[in-house]
Amino acid sequence: MNRIDVMKTYKLYINGAFPRSESGRVYELKDAKGAFIANPCWASRKDLRDSVVAARAAFSGWSKATAYNRGQVLYRIAEVMQGRASQFADEIEAQEGITTKQALVQVEESIDLMVWYAGWTDKISSLSGANNPVAGSFYNFTIPEAIGVVGAFIEGKPSLISLIASVGSIIASGNTAVVIASEKFPLTAITFAEVCATSDVPAGVINILTGKTPELVGWMGSHMDVDAVDASGLSSKQLTELKIAGADNLKRIHSFKSVKSPDRILAFVEHKTVWQTIGV
Amino acid sequence: MTEFEYAPALESTSILNLQSDYKLFINGTYTAAKAGKRFTTVNPSTGEAIASISYAELDDVNSAVAAARAAYTKVWGKMPAAERGKYLFRIARLLQERAREFAVLETLDNGKPIRESRDTDIPLAAAHFFYHAGWADKLDYAGLGTNPKPLGVVGQIIPWNFPLLMLAWKVAPALAAGNTVVLKPAETTPLTALLFAEVCQQAGLPAGVVNIVTGDGVTGSYLVNHPDVDKIAFTGSTAVGKAIARAVADTKKSVTLELGGKAANIVYDDAAIDEAVEGIVNGIFFNQGHVCCAGSRLLVQENVQDEVIEKLKRRMALIRVGNPLDKNTDLGAINSAEQLARITELTNTGDAEGAERWSAPCDLPSKGYWYAPTIFTGVSQTHRIAREEIFGPVLSVLTFRTPAEAVEKANNTPYGLSAGVWSEKGSKVLWTASKLRAGVIWTNTFNKFDPTSPFGGFKESGWGREGGRHGLAAYLKGGKN
Amino acid sequence: MITDFSESSLKNFLKTLPPVDQVGAEARAAMLATRSIKTASKTWAIDTAISMVDLTTLEGADTPGKVRALCAKAVRPDATDPSVPSVGAVCVYNDMVKIAREHLDSIGGKHVPVAAVSTAFPSGRASFAVKRQDTLDALENGAAEIDMVIDRGAFLSGRIGEVFDEIRAIKDLCGNKAHLKVILETGELVTLDNVRKASYLGMLAGGDFIKTSTGKVAPAATAPVVLVMLEAVRDFHAATGKRIGVKPAGGIRTTKDAIKQLVLVNETAGPEWLNPQMFRIGASALLNDLLLQRMKMRDGHYASPQYVTLD
Repeated sequence: MNRIDVMKTYKLYINGAFPRSESGRVYELKDAKGAFIANPCWASRKDLRDSVVAARAAFSGWSKATAYNRGQVLYRIAEVMQGRASQFADEIEAQEGITTKQALVQVEESIDLMVWYAGWTDKISSLSGANNPVAGSFYNFTIPEAIGVVGAFIEGKPSLISLIASVGSIIASGNTAVVIASEKFPLTAITFAEVCATSDVPAGVINILTGKTPELVGWMGSHMDVDAVDASGLSSKQLTELKIAGADNLKRIHSFKSVKSPDRILAFVEHKTVWQTIGV
Repeated sequence: MTEFEYAPALESTSILNLQSDYKLFINGTYTAAKAGKRFTTVNPSTGEAIASISYAELDDVNSAVAAARAAYTKVWGKMPAAERGKYLFRIARLLQERAREFAVLETLDNGKPIRESRDTDIPLAAAHFFYHAGWADKLDYAGLGTNPKPLGVVGQIIPWNFPLLMLAWKVAPALAAGNTVVLKPAETTPLTALLFAEVCQQAGLPAGVVNIVTGDGVTGSYLVNHPDVDKIAFTGSTAVGKAIARAVADTKKSVTLELGGKAANIVYDDAAIDEAVEGIVNGIFFNQGHVCCAGSRLLVQENVQDEVIEKLKRRMALIRVGNPLDKNTDLGAINSAEQLARITELTNTGDAEGAERWSAPCDLPSKGYWYAPTIFTGVSQTHRIAREEIFGPVLSVLTFRTPAEAVEKANNTPYGLSAGVWSEKGSKVLWTASKLRAGVIWTNTFNKFDPTSPFGGFKESGWGREGGRHGLAAYLKGGKN
Repeated sequence: MITDFSESSLKNFLKTLPPVDQVGAEARAAMLATRSIKTASKTWAIDTAISMVDLTTLEGADTPGKVRALCAKAVRPDATDPSVPSVGAVCVYNDMVKIAREHLDSIGGKHVPVAAVSTAFPSGRASFAVKRQDTLDALENGAAEIDMVIDRGAFLSGRIGEVFDEIRAIKDLCGNKAHLKVILETGELVTLDNVRKASYLGMLAGGDFIKTSTGKVAPAATAPVVLVMLEAVRDFHAATGKRIGVKPAGGIRTTKDAIKQLVLVNETAGPEWLNPQMFRIGASALLNDLLLQRMKMRDGHYASPQYVTLD
């Protein structure tokens, strides 16, 4: 008789822990061939609310960490992802209906993409910081600073690369993230959450919810304590809904086509300019 | 009343895997110098020999350059940038893993306190590799246009004061930019460079990308004069820097130089006095004063001179001089007999020229090379000890009356590497910084280094910067010195 | 040192004090925290720290039984080892002073003084009449030490004269009968500049000790705060010849923490402060950790909390 596998339970990732949805709901996930895989959690607006609270609490520490420290944490995520490469590949293959080889290529590209973002933490100021030669006896400098809590809606395929492009670029500068995984490909996100939980990522810096995107668009958009949203995973209709709701606190809302661009980092920073007199 | 004596707290050397003989590192393997000549590296805190080191002659330097060229042409120059970066990330992480081992070895070979190797040298070296690893595949954003090209084979000559850290400052940006390297460590401190070669092996770095040729100034000159080296990067004395500049004058080699200094540490009357005293102490006694950017001239505002000197002397009496492997040691050994002789000669002229010497009372060990922390007051600009780099734990104290005078005195030197400014008034600190002719200015701090922060001097303190985007540019075509 | 203690004179004096650079002070404190204290020095430091502990219970739920148990522990911290020194003092609320004093006297603890917190501890928010009575109650019941709190509200709103006058008045009540510790509550003063200024107010007004905290507010006795206070007593001594003591309280839970404090004292104010007359540590849980470390030094292996008493 063939050995029976222990079936995996996929839970949400909020504040460094793995709770089920407070609503108790799950939804059925089938693989590309129609076979049952798992019952991922179907997150509610309250799970979203709790994630924002966690992300806000984590923001102070994460944004004040040195750029070097943040870079080390992002690189550590890549180290742990590398160790789990075959697990990621299996799940991607099952969900996305691609070959083993294609899945492995995606995993390797994703790991390299995380390494790429890790190398940006201490170089963003080179890109967008400046010393401004104002007319007068002043020292004037512009520095990029993290915005705060950034929400993210992740695109579908390729599930892991889209996730890394969003998470890596958001947290590199010191923001914290509330991530709504792709509804069709949620397992990737939860396995990634497990990586975060074992990579020295402080609790609350990354929060990951699985569930039905349409239900959460309005709640993310209207939440007054979310500062910005990466809306790359939304349809144009959903994007409009998000923007209308987000106008109440002037959320910075952006969608991206490229997975590998420093623009994704710069979209979620604020620039602060300081003047200081020069004189005895 | 009790004296709180700190019992010896020695860091063990058992973590080391010391050999009796060391070879050169060429083309990915340890290989003996062809002529078989050797020299000895010594523990300066005892004067005892640690190990025998291969001496690289012209033949060996030729082999190393050839290996670097082959690696550049066939492997490193063709490798996708992201893969190059990943090798550097591996090296950074390996240095972090083996940090304790490197720190103990550095202290043994150099004489600096284990606390400094452990808390400053080694962590900064690892950070330097980590920072530059992230640049390898982002050179388009270095401000030099898209797809800037490396120079080729780089010859790098480093000093004995921060052996592994100076290696990191040289090797990391060179490799990140796509160059290959032949590195010559200082004659008295080859061991951490040779251990670094092991890290390159553990990281799987392709053969020939990093090559290490141990030897003395003559070995260095073979590298400087080698026709197939595209760039020379040198850190050391101003005299040798000038000689290198002359030697490459009729070649196409690019050169960066990081040379000496005689930095002014300016203390205004509105400084945070206790922190300024710490800054003065750190400025000249950190690393035994063997620091090119050391704050070797204290420029104190005359109206707070007495208070500052009194607090300084009291603080200096707390400096613990002794066995560098003791975790409580603050000031270690002078790196060599030669350096000790230079310090002694210069300080004797200080006495002869009429300055007043004060040394912190301390028991110096009988073996090895030692100098007590010393200040000279009543120093004027014309004194040799105010003009020449002593490169030891000796501070010259001068006074000033106004900010303009402070700046004038600070700038009155052919050097221009660094300076310190102490005042709690922001506008004055920035005004002073704007007037100082120095490449690195520390305000209300001193001797702070970071891979993101460009370091280098004005005037005779050298050419070019190391660290940050500016330092990277020196290793790419189109990047200027 | 100034002799005119009017509010305007005090304000001017405080303005002339050199500022503290926070980054520099934190760096100095961090460097001193790297000192490695081993073997004989560690043994000495542990016993010294024990003798400096002000063993404290300041809870609403304090009862005579709890206070008596604390007193027994204060006199003989380790029932199995008589070589362990007694602590520096017992610290309680003033309605427990009589119970503490009587019990200490009855168990061979005459040498252990009773310190009382006073002046509407911990907040200090009450009329001066209440604070005065608070102090008198403690003194009448046998307190040899008074740990008063300064009026932080007055300090932060610039009424420096009021802060000074209150300390002076409480010191007058103490007279020769008791020594006065002045609690600055550094966690509420926040900046190191304020800590320096408040330290001077405490010393100029006649305090015998300056103390960091009530232990009810965090952060309490952080290393940079203690560093600045030690610099203040050092400089005050240089200017006046008078030695004032320092007491960190709150957040010092382990032997490592305590030894770091001793190093701070040693390399800032100096060895003249390394005794219970000039330095105390306000703590409760610390004592057991000191005992466990002492056992390890004595026996050569790691100890277990089962072998020390809860009180």
